[in-house]
Amino acid sequence: MRLLILAALLCAVVSSALAIDTAPAFDDPAMQARYDHLIHELRCVQCRSQSIADSNVGLAADLRRQVRELMAAGKSDREILEYMTDRYGDYILYTPPVKPSTWLLWSAPVLLVLIGGIAAAIVISRKSRLPADDLVEEDRTHDDPGVS
Amino acid sequence: MIVELGHFALILAFCLALPQAFFGLAGAKTHRPHWLLVANRAVAGQFVFTALAFACLSWAFYVNDFSVLYVAQNSNSQLPTFYRFAAVWGAHEGSLLLWLLILSGWTLAVLACSRTLPYAMTGRVLGVLGLISAGFALFILTTSSPFTRLLPAALDGRDLNPLLQDPALAIHPPMLYTGYVGLSVPFAFAVAAMLEGKLDSAWARWVRPWAIMAWLFLTIGIALGSWWAYYELGWGGWWFWDSVENASFMPWLIGTALIHSLAVTEKRGLFKSWTLLLSITAFALALLGTFLVRSGVIESVHAFASDPKRGVFILAFLAICVGGALGLYAWRAPRFRSNAGFAAISRESFLLLNNVLLVAATAMILLGTLYPVFLDALDLGKISVGAPWFTVMFLIPMLPMLLLLAPGMHAEWKKASFTRTARLLGWLLAAAIVAGIGVMSAAYGLHSVVSSVGIIAGLWVAFSALIEPVSRLRKGHTLSASVLGMCVAHFGLAMFVVGATTVESYKQETDLSLRPGQTAHHAGFDFTMTQVRNVTGPNYDAVETEIAIARDGRQVALLHPQKRTYRVQTSPMTEAGIDVRWNRDIFVAMGEALGDGAWSLRLQYKPLIRFVWLGAFVIALGGLICVFDRRYRQRVPVEAAVTVDGASGARAR
Amino acid sequence: MWRFLIPAGLFAALVAFFYFSLGRDKETLPSPLIGKPAPAFELPRLDDPSKNIGGKDFAGRPYVLNVWGTWCVGCRQEHPVLLQIAERGEIPIVGIDWKDDREQALRWLHELGNPYVDVGSDEEGRVAIDWGVYGAPETFLIDGNGQVIYKHIAPMTMEVWEREFVPLIRKAGTQR
Repeated sequence: MRLLILAALLCAVVSSALAIDTAPAFDDPAMQARYDHLIHELRCVQCRSQSIADSNVGLAADLRRQVRELMAAGKSDREILEYMTDRYGDYILYTPPVKPSTWLLWSAPVLLVLIGGIAAAIVISRKSRLPADDLVEEDRTHDDPGVS
Repeated sequence: MIVELGHFALILAFCLALPQAFFGLAGAKTHRPHWLLVANRAVAGQFVFTALAFACLSWAFYVNDFSVLYVAQNSNSQLPTFYRFAAVWGAHEGSLLLWLLILSGWTLAVLACSRTLPYAMTGRVLGVLGLISAGFALFILTTSSPFTRLLPAALDGRDLNPLLQDPALAIHPPMLYTGYVGLSVPFAFAVAAMLEGKLDSAWARWVRPWAIMAWLFLTIGIALGSWWAYYELGWGGWWFWDSVENASFMPWLIGTALIHSLAVTEKRGLFKSWTLLLSITAFALALLGTFLVRSGVIESVHAFASDPKRGVFILAFLAICVGGALGLYAWRAPRFRSNAGFAAISRESFLLLNNVLLVAATAMILLGTLYPVFLDALDLGKISVGAPWFTVMFLIPMLPMLLLLAPGMHAEWKKASFTRTARLLGWLLAAAIVAGIGVMSAAYGLHSVVSSVGIIAGLWVAFSALIEPVSRLRKGHTLSASVLGMCVAHFGLAMFVVGATTVESYKQETDLSLRPGQTAHHAGFDFTMTQVRNVTGPNYDAVETEIAIARDGRQVALLHPQKRTYRVQTSPMTEAGIDVRWNRDIFVAMGEALGDGAWSLRLQYKPLIRFVWLGAFVIALGGLICVFDRRYRQRVPVEAAVTVDGASGARAR
Repeated sequence: MWRFLIPAGLFAALVAFFYFSLGRDKETLPSPLIGKPAPAFELPRLDDPSKNIGGKDFAGRPYVLNVWGTWCVGCRQEHPVLLQIAERGEIPIVGIDWKDDREQALRWLHELGNPYVDVGSDEEGRVAIDWGVYGAPETFLIDGNGQVIYKHIAPMTMEVWEREFVPLIRKAGTQR
């Protein structure tokens, strides 16, 4: 356990030395764009906090090679990502998969805005029925009728 | 000897925090103003002794005293002197001492500025701050003392993590902590108000400058961290939605909501219990961040070495502090109701929406950060939530907020009629659309609907932020610091939005290999490697390549990226070469040596990236301007100053 | 009135959740291979690269697969334990030398002892990826039907062996 922490820390330092392919992987710009997208979607499982695009460790380079080979073999993006999750689990994906255990995660932002919006609407409708009597201000700033 | 003196000073500081808490709170409760004098002395004493403890630790670093475990773990005789001072807060124990020092500094500041406050309020605020200080000091003394000796002493230290050997280390953590810790002041005010059972516009007026000050330091701290990561980590990213970054961003979002909510409470006495809740939440999130980073609950490259024992202590502290405050809230908040109202379209409702969206964004980030831990605890598998999810999801509450900002800034209190500004806002929106689509596509090409909307929203906010200052100056009206600060801050936000959207939509990256004499083309520039040479630094050895960058035949920049190996930790590190202009960065980082003098390089073109940090600093500047508004510096005679014979009387209400 | 208790309630739940997750192991990734057929592999032998060794060589009986390398500190740490286990002779240990230098690996085994019945040389790391290896040392337990039934990440200790592997091996043995 401690070793893993040390490994992770070491990764953090080692991997600040850049992971760079020596040349664009594909001549075809569309393939290259797909490749760039894929390697930014896969987490470096050894280094944890970087994608395999940015990590310099051996495993990241091996995984990049694997992505290149799978792409050259004509696999689709989904198949390539499935290949990776079959071996490493969902953790390797930067974007979490959409499955029952992550429905809450994916729906949360919209739900939160909706709930917030409803709460705001309730408050506003209540407040708009009340008289707009003011509290006595201890100091009125006369030059700011409308602002701040 | 000096180290033991420092340790003793820390113990004294802890001991002084206790009477500060007791006499402050009890003095307020039992209407004994003279007890407050004791509390005041304790505040000063606590600051002196904490500073002394910190100075002793710094001394140990300065003289390379490797018989101190913390120094041996984080310093080295070859470490340049400047970094030796910064290394004091380079790891867990020292950074907590910095935390405590900053807390005692804020407490002293509150005391110094408390002459216009009723003594009971001051007493309670100082009392609460004393409790927090005591808890932290106890934590340091029992689980994380930086003064522990290492015997026999190490011959030399393990050196500071090379990633931290940078001038930014001297300033990023202090700024960040000043912000984090500063949020304890609104928290203390909130607890004080709840204890007293009274909350009014005056209270909001007292709290608001403190909230803004803490928030602006947090803004600067986060911006510095982002800037530092950008040039130090070598791959050109400026925000990674890393758990620790999120831990600092969440208090910032709530802090923003707080200063806006305080505006409503100050002006109209509304949203009182909501403002209380925000004050508590902001500090709770700051404490939560401290917990997350040091307990091992979440994994992050930023995290300090984790130790469940420390985790339990901080969690207990968090539970008592925040749990206590929330319990108070449940008890007292129902009485803080107001029967004033406002129209459906009014400044108040815009600010309400602002708050709702900011809180939604914060909750969403919290969920994303903790979800993997949540699933893992329920044995539902191990997932990771990375930047792609956060970036997309963050836009859901934020884009609407940006679009509401321009009209919201100009809405009047109680009922917005937009008499002066409706048409102008319309024209400015049109201008923003033209500039957003027209100018941007001419400069960079069109990218996507979302990025265009983002840029248009940002430009609209920028233009409309200028309405008030320009119109007032033209008419010769006074422009109060509050109004000016608000406009400046919103303008800064617009700069940030335009910068962030542009750089993420239009950046261009490529990896390639170059050998001396070779030229490559990327993003309209020519990159030529002119030479490779070895360089020796104070505690590292490096290979440096010289890259000449030209455009249309004219040289634009000469960069010197390095690949360093720090001698003590033998870890390799990239120092990127960056050419900075107001409208773009060119970023070159070295990868691996490929033989024959050839090197793999990552080249990046980053348009408008400087606006990201410039925008953040302008936001902070706006906050600073606000704080100096006249109304916060008034000497309104509230109650008689505390006199030795305790003549002032504040009867129970 | 009761809505003012909601923040406190939510907070209490959060604290409880944190308390529960303190000290839980965050590092190890659960292997998606557990309960699935072991990935087929074929690698050149470490001692004789002209010959191959593969999963089919062990079909029909349980075996342990250990991924290691001479560059790996933890592998060195666990090596004596592996020797002990090998000596017991209950189950064969197959080694996969991951991303390593062949000469160094042979020397290592020569100096420290060889607990493996066979070692495959995975210089390119392809087999390791198939097995979902991310940090050596990793040790897999495969049963007689060729299914992966356990994976241990981090250096092997006798305690882990007795507690986790032995009961599963016994069960796998009786199932045949």
